[in-house]
This record gives sequence, C-alpha cells and structure tokens, in this order.
Amino acid sequence: MSEKVLMKGNEALAEGAIRAGCRFFAGYPITPQNEVPEYMSWRQEETGGAFVQAESEVSAVNMLYGAAATGVRAMTSSSSPGVSLKQEGISYMAGADLPCLIVNIMRGGPGLGNIAGAQGDYTQATRGGGNGDYRTLVLAPFSVQELANFPKKAFELSEKYRIPAMILADGILGQMMEGMSYDFEPVDPKTLPQPAWAIGGKHADRKRNMVFSYALGEGELEKMVLKRAERYALIERDEVLYEERDTQDAEVLIVAYGISARASIAAMNMARANGVKAGLLRPITLWPFPTKRIAELSKKVKAVLCVEMSMGQMKVDVDLAVKGSCPVYLHAKPGAFFPVAEEIATAAESALNGKKDQLFSLEDLVKNAENKTYAVNNPICKEGALL
Amino acid sequence: MNAITKRPSALTEAQFHYCPGCGHSVVHRLTAEVIDELNIKDRAVVVAPVGCAVFADKYFDVDSIQGPHGRGPAIATGIKRAKPDSIVFSYQGDGDLASIGMAEIVHAAARGENITVIFINNTIYGMTGGQMAPTTLVGQVATTAPKGRNEKLQGNPINVSEMLAQLKSAKYIERVSSDSAPNIIKAKKAIKKAFQNQIDGLGFSFVEVLSICPTNWGTTPLKGLDFLREKMMAQYPLGVFKDVTAANKEGK
Ligand SMILES: Cc1ncc(C[n+]2csc(CCOP(=O)(O)OP(=O)(O)O)c2C)c(N)n1
Ligand code: SF4
Ligand SMILES: [Mg+2]
Repeated sequence: MSEKVLMKGNEALAEGAIRAGCRFFAGYPITPQNEVPEYMSWRQEETGGAFVQAESEVSAVNMLYGAAATGVRAMTSSSSPGVSLKQEGISYMAGADLPCLIVNIMRGGPGLGNIAGAQGDYTQATRGGGNGDYRTLVLAPFSVQELANFPKKAFELSEKYRIPAMILADGILGQMMEGMSYDFEPVDPKTLPQPAWAIGGKHADRKRNMVFSYALGEGELEKMVLKRAERYALIERDEVLYEERDTQDAEVLIVAYGISARASIAAMNMARANGVKAGLLRPITLWPFPTKRIAELSKKVKAVLCVEMSMGQMKVDVDLAVKGSCPVYLHAKPGAFFPVAEEIATAAESALNGKKDQLFSLEDLVKNAENKTYAVNNPICKEGALL
Repeated sequence: MNAITKRPSALTEAQFHYCPGCGHSVVHRLTAEVIDELNIKDRAVVVAPVGCAVFADKYFDVDSIQGPHGRGPAIATGIKRAKPDSIVFSYQGDGDLASIGMAEIVHAAARGENITVIFINNTIYGMTGGQMAPTTLVGQVATTAPKGRNEKLQGNPINVSEMLAQLKSAKYIERVSSDSAPNIIKAKKAIKKAFQNQIDGLGFSFVEVLSICPTNWGTTPLKGLDFLREKMMAQYPLGVFKDVTAANKEGK
C-alpha cells in the first residue's frame, strides 16, 4: 500500500505500470493520453528501463511485439485513432501468444473525431479488432485508483494466459485528478521468472526459441487456434470481474462500465431516493464479459438499462446475456458526450415502467438532433486544438 | 484610395486559430496568394494534415479533404490520378510528414506523382503539445525528451529535403524559411514554382519551409526567430536540393 495522493489518471497509470515491473514502453504522441509517454520518457530511464518514441503507432506496437517476445513486462499506450493502427501488432501478438499490455484512452470517433472522452472502441477492443480469430483480455477501470492498479492485474493475467491485455479507459479518466494509492508493493522485475518461450539475451543454457504466428502445415493452424480456444474458455470461466451495487432488491438493473458507471452510481442513488429500486452492475472485465451474472439478474429484475457513450456497442453483449428474459433499453451518449445522472435516473424509472419517451434513447437523440443547442461553447473544442 | 494589399481570394473569411508568430499563418497566406496569381482556385484541392494545420481545409477557399495522420501524399495521389485536371497540394507538418507519414511521402516522390507538397518544419509536434519530432535538434528540449534530444538515444534529425532529393523521380525540392521579409519572398517564389510545375505536368515538387512554434518552444516569437536563424538553419541549410524541371520543360 502506498500513501494516498492526488494524481492525474494518465500519470497514475504510467507509474502503476512502472511499479508493476514494466521496463519497456513504446508509444507515439496522441491526445488525451500524452501524459503517459511524457511520464515514461524520464521514468523508464530512471528505473533502467527503455522508452522509445516510435515514428508511428504501427511501429510502436511492433516494438512492443519485439520487447514482449523477450519476456519483459512491456506496454504501449495510445488513444482511439492510434489504437486502430496498432491492430496489426495486436493480431500478431495474439497469434504468437505473447503477454503484453496495450492501453487505449478512448476519444471521440470515428476517424479524427475529437479529443473528448468516449466509449466508441468497445467492439474493437472486445472482439479482437485486428484480423483473425482471437481475443484480448480487456480491463475497464472507472477511477484513477483503478487506472493506477490495473496495469499489474493486466500483466499478471496476460502472462498467466499468454494473451495480450488491454486497459480500456477514456479521456475523462485519463485527464482527471483523484485521490489514489497503489495497493501493492513495487515489483522488482528481476524477481519475475524468465518465461521458457522468450527469445533474446545470452542463452547458453537453453535451446533456441521461436516466436511466430504462422501455421502453414496441414492442421497446424487449427491446433494452435484450438489451444487458444481452450485458454479463452478458462478465462471466461475464471477471470470475470464485475462490481455490483444494490442488486439484491433491484427492479431495474443499470449496466455501465468505466466513466459511464460513475454517473450511473449517482443516478442509482437518485432513483432510489424517488422510490425506484435501481441496482448497478459494472463490468470490470469487458472480455470476459459478466454474461452469466447478468443473465441471472435479468431473471429477477423487470428491466435492464444500458448506459454507454456509444450507439450501443456494450448493449449487444447485454442482449446476448439477457436473451429476452426482460426488456433491455439503451441510454446512449454517442458523439463524445458524458451521461448525466439526472437523465439516467429518469431513464431508469421509464425503463421500469415501460415508458419509452423518457429514456433519452438513441432514437430520441436522433429525432431531436436538429434542435439541440449546446450550452458550453468550448473554444478548444471549437478550434480543435490537440487533435 | 488605392488598396495596397488585400485578403487573397483563395482564403476564406475564417479567422486563423494559429498562435501569434506561428509560421503556418505566413505560409497559408503565401500559398493562397500563389493560388490566386496562378488562377487555379477552381481546380485546386488542399489535403489537410493532422497537426496544427488540420483546419487548412477551413482556411483555403478551395476543395478540400482531411485525412489520417501522415497519409496526405497517398490521398493526394488518389485525387490526382482520378482527376488529373486537379491541382492537388498536400500541406503537412514535420511529425505528420517525417514521422508517421514518412513512407507515404517517400513513395509519392519515388513514383513521381505530379503533386505539390508543402512541408512545415518547426522541429516539434505543435498540436499535441511539444513532443519530440524527427526534426527536433540535438539538445532541443521536448516533452518526451525532457533533458533535450540525446543523440545516443534518439539519434539525429532527419533532413527530409536532402533525403528526397536522392530519389530519381522527385523533380523539384527546395528548402526556404519564413523568418524574414526577404526569405518570405523567396518562400513564395518556391511555392509558386512548385504549383507551376504541377500545372506544367512536370512531376513531384516539394517545398520545405522552416517555421517557428513559439508556444511549444516555450519562447517568444522574436526569440523564436533567432533560434530559427541560429540553430535551425545550421541543421537545415536553405537552398534548392534538386531542380530538373527546367531541363524537362525544354525537352517537352
Ligand atoms: C494516428 C494518430 N496518431 C497520433 C495523432 C495525434 N497527433 C495529432 S497532431 C500530431 C503531431 C503534429 O505535429 P506536426 O505534424 O509536426 O504538426 P504541427 O502541429 O507541428 O504543425 C499528432 C501526433 C493522431 N491524430 N492520429
Ligand atoms: S502550437 Fe506551434 S505550430 Fe501550433 S499554432 Fe501554435 S505556434 Fe503554430
Ligand atoms: Mg511540427
């Protein structure tokens, strides 16, 4: 346990990775995650690790591929457009069964979008994102505290199952300051076992190792993929993480992850104060998704309300869990907008009563888009600084 | 009363968002004047980069397209090949062109695309807040090189103009500066030639403009200009690195 201090999300994450024993970082500047490489640029040097500012995200992720193959705890970080470029390397690392950490501090998209926090990369993160049949293990922090402590968790899970791990957060979490502390003692990388499959270094005492993702002989690829499927099944069985609040007597279940869960907690309390029995399930691992638990709860509640900053990417997984046991509604905030607690509380009540007009649903947003006025005329957003 | 100067018609009414002293403002104006003088406003297309000049599309009153970081020369290739009557220019910063987009610029030059590229070298990532660029000078401080660029760790700056001049299909490569009136006049001449070459079908033309970023250099515009003249010009000498367009024109 470290002392409780005030820290910015991105820096808490970077320091958390260092404390987890990360001694390789490669990245490329992009807002809203620039504090991560900036912090790493001096901190890696201080700890005897390596920091490389790559010429692009494609290059950064391939540097990660190389470093991860040597068995060191290695990471890269970026934001949405940059993470799209990293998909090549992520697919190769999944195919070579390498542990590593990729961080996505999501911003508005598609394309250049904007630099405000968003949750539009859920599908990309949880379905693999690159070519081929693979998964990445995805952790979704909802506080600076979790941003700081998840790198260690991510490295451990990724090493246990030899799978790339991703921390999927957003620009709001990355940029905000909060009280936090590290809940673990700093890891000395020298105490970590050198994996048997790792390449590089002087190796008089072992045979040569090979890191690759191809499998050209008859049936070879199938064998490789099935081994992976076996590990994926174990992950789905044993590594699901979620948080529940007030679900015991809940009649309407809110499902929200990351920053959307923050507003949902406030909303849940407001709804309860108005006599609406709302509960919350917050997926912490997005893959593996808490499918089983949501299925159980969906049989007890009257309705489920998904709250997310996208057009309903997570809702697809909730629908697959609920399988029609009760209605599933979407309170959507696409376009890099943040959910408002009062609206979620109203939406939860409407979901419970089957009233569709107060859900602030995607359909309503589309209908009202023409006439929507924006209260804040943020000059930075207007002029697009930091894109 | 006679008007001595006026807003080029190739600029929209939009107010630039560039910081005081920024070289982008100067080069935008020069480019717009050239478009007016060559009378190509109705067939010019600007390819806007990702960088402080991302809104070049809002400022030039011509057709425009904004694309992914560094890919400008590839996008320009697509437009020019599909519509050869267009006069296409890719406007890019040093992070955009010399880092993530190095492959695209090298290959557009190697293919000898008949396009114009304007390259703003300010030795830094302006838009994202002052990270090291491939053009950052040795010893120059950046947010990802807090002790200054270290030759042993981060190597030496890339001189893009000299490099591209090695490619046989590149036709015109010049480095100019935006620091003073005489240099700005030269810069305009170079930009005009780079557009004229495209109009004449002569091939790949590239103008690098040394430029200041007082905001991320942590200095004033005036001190920034001193840095440009003393430090940048030592690393990036001005001049024509390649010009085979005159010979081509005669042979035509
Ligand atoms: C794929 C991708 N990576 C990173 C970024 C973030 N980004 C925006 S502008 C920029 C650098 C711009 O620097 P430069 O090209 O030198 O232009 P300047 O602002 O200095 O004119 C970066 C890295 C992005 N938008 N997309
Ligand atoms: S940050 Fe630098 S490059 Fe960007 S507008 Fe300001 S001075 Fe110009
Ligand atoms: Mg620049």
